[in-house]
Formats: sequence, structure tokens, C-alpha cells
Amino acid sequence: MTTTSTSPAAGVGNYLDERIGASKLTKTFARKIFPDHWSFMLGEIALYSFIILLLTGTFLTFFFIPSTGVTTYTGPYIPLQGQEVSEAFNSTMKLSFEVRGGLLLRQIHHWAALIFVVATIVHMFRIFFTGAFRKPRELNWMIGVTLALLAIIEGFLGYSLPDDLLSGNGLRIANGIVLAIPVVGSYVSFFLFGGEFPGEAFIPRIYTIHVLLIPGIMLALITFHLILVVVHKHTQYPGPGRTNDNVVGYPLFPIYTAKAGGFFFIVFGVTTVMAAFFTVNPIWLYGSYDPSPIGAGAQPDFYMGFLDGAVRLMPGFTEITAFGYTLSLNIAIAALVMPGIITTAAIAYPAIEAWATGDKREHHLLDRPRNVPTRTGLGMMALTFYVLLWISGGNDIIATHLHASINDITYSLRALVFILPPLVYVITKRICLGLQRKDREKVLHGRETGRVFRTEDGEVFELHAPLSAEDRWLLVQFENNYPVELEPATDASGVRRPHGLLDGMRQKLSRFYFEDRVEPVTPAELVAAQHHGHEELSASGGDKPAVTAGAGTSTH
Amino acid sequence: MSNNNDDHDDAEITPHEQQLPDRFVNPGLPAHQHRMADTDPKAAKRAERQVATLFTLSMAGTLLLLIAYFAVKLEYADLSFYEAANRLRLSNQLLGGGLAIALLGIGAGAVHWAKTLMPDEERVEYRHMQRGTDEERADAVSILQQGADESGIARRPLIRNTLIGAMALFPIPALVLLRDTGPMPGNKLSTTFWKTGMRIERDQPGGGALKASDLTIGSVVHVMPEGIEKTEHPLEERAKAAVLLIRLEEDLIAAEAEPGSYHGIVAYSKICTHVGCPVALYEQRTHHLLCPCHQSTFDVTQNCKVIFGPAKRPLPQLAITVDAEGYLVAKAPFSEAVGPSFWERG
Repeated sequence: MTTTSTSPAAGVGNYLDERIGASKLTKTFARKIFPDHWSFMLGEIALYSFIILLLTGTFLTFFFIPSTGVTTYTGPYIPLQGQEVSEAFNSTMKLSFEVRGGLLLRQIHHWAALIFVVATIVHMFRIFFTGAFRKPRELNWMIGVTLALLAIIEGFLGYSLPDDLLSGNGLRIANGIVLAIPVVGSYVSFFLFGGEFPGEAFIPRIYTIHVLLIPGIMLALITFHLILVVVHKHTQYPGPGRTNDNVVGYPLFPIYTAKAGGFFFIVFGVTTVMAAFFTVNPIWLYGSYDPSPIGAGAQPDFYMGFLDGAVRLMPGFTEITAFGYTLSLNIAIAALVMPGIITTAAIAYPAIEAWATGDKREHHLLDRPRNVPTRTGLGMMALTFYVLLWISGGNDIIATHLHASINDITYSLRALVFILPPLVYVITKRICLGLQRKDREKVLHGRETGRVFRTEDGEVFELHAPLSAEDRWLLVQFENNYPVELEPATDASGVRRPHGLLDGMRQKLSRFYFEDRVEPVTPAELVAAQHHGHEELSASGGDKPAVTAGAGTSTH
Repeated sequence: MSNNNDDHDDAEITPHEQQLPDRFVNPGLPAHQHRMADTDPKAAKRAERQVATLFTLSMAGTLLLLIAYFAVKLEYADLSFYEAANRLRLSNQLLGGGLAIALLGIGAGAVHWAKTLMPDEERVEYRHMQRGTDEERADAVSILQQGADESGIARRPLIRNTLIGAMALFPIPALVLLRDTGPMPGNKLSTTFWKTGMRIERDQPGGGALKASDLTIGSVVHVMPEGIEKTEHPLEERAKAAVLLIRLEEDLIAAEAEPGSYHGIVAYSKICTHVGCPVALYEQRTHHLLCPCHQSTFDVTQNCKVIFGPAKRPLPQLAITVDAEGYLVAKAPFSEAVGPSFWERG
């Protein structure tokens, strides 16, 4: 290979190669293969929103004054003229009304924050339902959970910075929650706010946390998140030619350079359209924060909705006063314990499932959600719980819009958060098993052609066409998991094995996951089905494969 | 799609051939299907023009933004409220529209280029498992062991133990240094600005003391103690001292609230006992106070007992009376802490 060319590109290439080994880096990374699927863009949306947030946020800092010092509003917005407002609020007003493009960038920043959290949560559910969190990606899943938590905190702090009436009341609620921390609550509150709420210290403090500390941590975690994606290579959906040992797709350069690079501009562009035409967080309607007034229908940004909803649902009698101390379980359970449990469950989930399967292999092929009915059911159960809490956060809005009683809505939601998630679990699992049976049916008897025949005897049947090997592969490729077998509590020489109790739990868990299952069609079954011929096939749907129960009755 | 790689599982196989595999075998990648632009030079040319158009559109978007930036000035002198609002909206929409066109042009162009003109044959790359080979693992262990040996950490427990001690103690200052982020709470959460005999003023700029005759039956007034604006930290005081003054039919007032009322006028803390939002919604017909944040509902005729929602305690009552000049005043400070519960509250 000659490098004597004198073109500018060659010059740059040579410069970089001699200093950072660019040719080796190019060889390693430029042709890296990534698989293609629309659901892989969810994480991209989150990543690009984060970059948009860094860019627009930097612009906002040029104008925003993080201070609660009191000043008089003299700007162009007539309804607030002459009012005493904080510097933070005043500078946000000035940024919105008097800086060209200020309102646009502020609204891009706010919309991008909302899109960032939505994309993160939906991305997480994609990972969950397809089993992309399995070995070797458990650590990356944990990083992801941490990022989602940080995103919510970061969003709430940014929302609080303009010091408007709506966000101020949100901070007041946050202070109420802090006060509910057992034993140390009032101390934590005084240390956070530099004294009594609202104080003058909080806005400048959260400003530093919002623009420096949390974005810094998130940037580091995102970098690590992406490095691990490269190290593991991206997961792929099952299909003909796709195996656990390969990755099928397109090269980073030039295909994904153009597609993913272009997608950044599309995400940025769509966010800009929203900012140009849809108002978000109109602080001029709320005014500067004052602890006495409040607006009806107070709503936080959507990502705090589930937390607010949980706080709304808890009945007041759960606050306990004893021995001269008050334990506000009505707040603590909803705002401290519940998020703690959700986070712990999310972080622990990959390990729990791996324990139940006893599977220590690496997984690079994604699951079709129907092929893992229990996991899909659990995911839908969690999603239902989350959505119900989120709806609870808007119970007042629902009441006013539907002219329904706020009390009835709240009582119903209190019951529904316990009833609906398990119900959704059962229904989802049944739907998954049904879909799997349909897959079996299709493999065994072919796809419906829509061509109906009548025989000389008057019997009517529809002609079924056998599937191509490619089409069939998608329906039969999945792994067949069985509940783990319990080893006897004592070994051959009669010595009790350690961890007997744990093994029992493990078997129960494993049965919970895999007792009900539909097994993939085997070549032998297909051949047998084909020899039955069409007569039986047209008779009825009565030859559905039964859901096998227990480990011992498999078809092998 | 053809069964190009399909092997031994087709219908020709009979059950007598006992060589069926347990599971189906991956048929391999299907044959690649060409796109229009791969086979038809006209289609390729058309795609090229489409991409170029999108990039040109982007340039136009940037120009639009520049023109809007200099043409629409955010100067509002002599403009009415609505004209000013329209000016801001116009600026926002033109700048945003221009920027969006600039961005979407680049994005859509790049994606369209990749999808129509760049090769779309799928390629295969092989994975390697994360786990190192046994040899690599043994090497790693021996390197770490050798390093540990060289450091002598196992042979010199004194160093190891003192290092552990130092590392255990060293983070403590990080916690201690946060001590001065705020004062101790003291009794601040339990006290408010209200004092005996303090006049009750409207919560509005300029205040204005109230007489009993200023309140008709069924009315509610948001009030503050006189002089609260002149304190050193008015927001902190207002956050605790906000009170609602309500006039009811005298016979509706609960017996225990009677001594603190004045001719059917009762005063209750406006700070929710749940997490501290202002309980600002009064429903005149039912005499219910509703907190807009979490919908705790307090019945004024039952001494502001909680009748619904996540709050536990009633809103504390402020006992009131009138002074010599007939102005409403506080008969006594609040007898308990107002606002959200906290551990030491009891």
C-alpha cells in the first residue's frame, strides 16, 4: 500500500496514524458490523437527546442566573411587570422574551429532556422483553438502570431551576418527602436547603449539580455503556443466518456513519419542530415562586408522575405517631420505599432469571417475547404497575376532564394497583403461550393460502402451503427451557448437601418460569404432521399441542 | 426467497429414515434482493437527486434562520400585549422552523443516501466469547500474583492493615465537611411568625388589616400575619404562616373549634399536613378544603379533619379574636407545628 499520495486527506491520515495509530483504529472499528432493527434506535434517541441537552443547556447557562436574590420584574411581559421575582425567574423570563432564539433553545432543552427520559424507559423495556440483559450484558443493564434513575433526578432538578410557582411547589413536595425520612429527615432538609425551606441556597446548589455533577457522571456512564456495546458486539434478532456466534448487519463506515449520524440530525430536527410549535413549561403563566399561592391541577413533568401518583394513592392512616415520634409511612412507603424496591428489582432481575434457568452461557440472540412467556408477563406486570401509578399522578386532571369524582377515581386506582398487574401477568402469559401455539400450528400445517376447496364428498377445506425454511426457522429456533431438576438433598454417600433450602427455592422459581411452556416443533413432528395429510387438518383445530406440564413429559 | 441452504428436513424425508435431527437447522442467510437503485441507473440517479435536494433544503433552512434572526427583533416597545406575544411567537416559529429544516434536511438526506445508494448486502462478523482461554486466565492470575508478591502486601501485614485503616477513615471528612451546608433545625419547624395579638392581613401586596365585617358568610380570605414582609426571610416565614380565614354559619363550627373562632370566622393553617402544599381550594357548598397537589380533603365543619387523601393530621387551627379597634388578631400562636410531619414532631 503506497502512502506517497499528497492529497490533503492522506496528509491528515498520515499525521493521525503517526501520532495515535489511526490506521490500526480504522482497521478495528471502521468496518464493525451492527445489526439493523427499528427497536435498536430507541437507545440512539436517548443518546442523541443527551447530546442535544448538553448543547442547548450550555447556551442556557450563558443567560441564566442561579440565584434567589429578589428583584423587580421590568421586562416586556405585561402581567408580571412590577412584581418581585427571583433572579433565577427573572433571567429565565429575559432569556425567553428578550434573547433571540432563547425561548427556542429553552424549549428544545425541555422537550429533549422529556424525550430523553421516554426514550430511556422504552429502551429499557425493549432490552427487558427481548432478554438483551442476559449474560454477558448484566453489568451494562445495571449501568442502564443507574442512568435512568439519574435522568429522572437530573430532569427534576432542571425543571426546578427557573424558580417558578409550579416547580417551587414541586420542590416543596420534595422537601415534605425529605422530612418524612425517619429520624434524620428534618436535618437532611435543613442541610439541603441551607436552613428553612425555601431558603436562598437551594437554587445555586442544584444548579451546580444539574449542569456539572450529574451530567458529568452520566457522560462517563454513557461512554462506558457504549464501550461495552462495542466489546460485546450488538445483540441481534433471530432469523435465518443469524446465530449466537455471529453478528449480521452493515458496517459502521459508511452505512451507520450515514444512518446513525443522519438520525442524530433527525432527532434534533424533530425536537426543534416541537420547540418551535408547542409551548412547554410556560413559566410566565405561573409567576415566580411564593410559598402561599398555588394553581389547581398542579402536575409535575411526566417522569415524576409515577412517584407523585404513589404519594397520592397512599391512605393517610398509615402515618404513625408513637413514643413522641412521627413515622410518616404514608409518604415514606410511596416516595422512598417503593422506588427503592423498583430499582433493586430492576438491578437484580438478570441474576434472578439466570439463577432460575441455571443458564451460564452467553446470549447474543434476542428472544421473541412470546417465547419467554413468564418474563414477558412479569415485564407487562411491572409496566402496568408503573402506568397505573402514572395515571394516579393525574387523578385530578382525569376527574375534571371526565367529570368524575376524584374520590371514586382514587379509590378505584388504590384497588387497581393491586388487582390489575397480576391480572395482566396472567393474561400476557396466556397470550404468549397462544401465540406460540399458533407458531407451532403454522410450522406443522403451513400457512393459510386463502384458497378453499370442496371435495367430491362435499367436504370443504382450505389449502395450506408449507413454510419456506427461512420462514419456518424464525418459528422453531428458540431455546427450550425446562425447570431445573432438584438434586436429592443427600448425596450418594448419605451426606446432606449444603444449600438444600436455597435449592428448593431455586426449583420453585424455575418451575414458575418454565413449567408452562410450548415447545418448538421438531423435524420429527413436522414429518409426522405431513403424513397425516389434509383430511385431519381441515377437520378441526383440535390437534393443538398441549402445554406440557412438568419437566418429565417433554416430547423428546 | 429460495430454500438454497435447506438440508435434510423437507417433506421428502419419511419417518422410516431415522436420521432426523432433534432440532431444525439454521438455513443460513437468504439470498440478497437487489433494490431498484442497484439495478436501474435511472432509479439511482433519481435517488441521488433526492439526496441532493434534501441537503439543499437544509441550506435553505439555515438561511431562513439567519434571516429570521436579523429580521424579527424582540423589541416590544409600543406593542400591545397581543402584538408582543405574536412577535415572540413569530420569532420562535421562524427560528425553530429554519433550524428544523436545516437539521432534518441533513438527517433525511444522509439516511436516504445510506438506504438507497450505499451497499445493502448484509455482512457477517464472528463473535468471540467474553471469557478468556484457560491459558489467558492462568496468565492473568499469575501476573496479578506476581504483582502482589512484588508489592509485598501479603508479607507485610503492617502496611496492609494501616492502609486499610487510612482508606477507611479518609472518606469521613467528606461527610463532616457537609455539616455546614445548613443550620440545625432547632424548633424552627414547630414555630411560625404568628404571635398573640398580631393583626391578620390580606395576603396581597400592601396587605390590609381585616375586620369581621369584611367577611360575608361563605367567604374565604388568604391571610398572613402583619409585618411578615419586613422580616429578614419573608419567603421562609410565609411558607409556614399562610392561613385561610373562613366565615361559616356559626352553628356549623365544631365544638372544639368554637373557642378559637370569632362570630363564625375560623382560621386554619393553609399548609397541608401531608407534604406542605398550600391547601388553596375551598368548596363553599360542602365546606371542604382541598389540596391541589395530592387531593387531601379537610372538612372545615369538623375542625379541618382529614376526610380523604394521603394526609393524616387535621390542619392546625389558629385561634383568633378582635383587638380594641375591632381588627381581627391572633388570640394565640399556633399550638402545634404546621405543615408536613417530621420525625421529632411527635
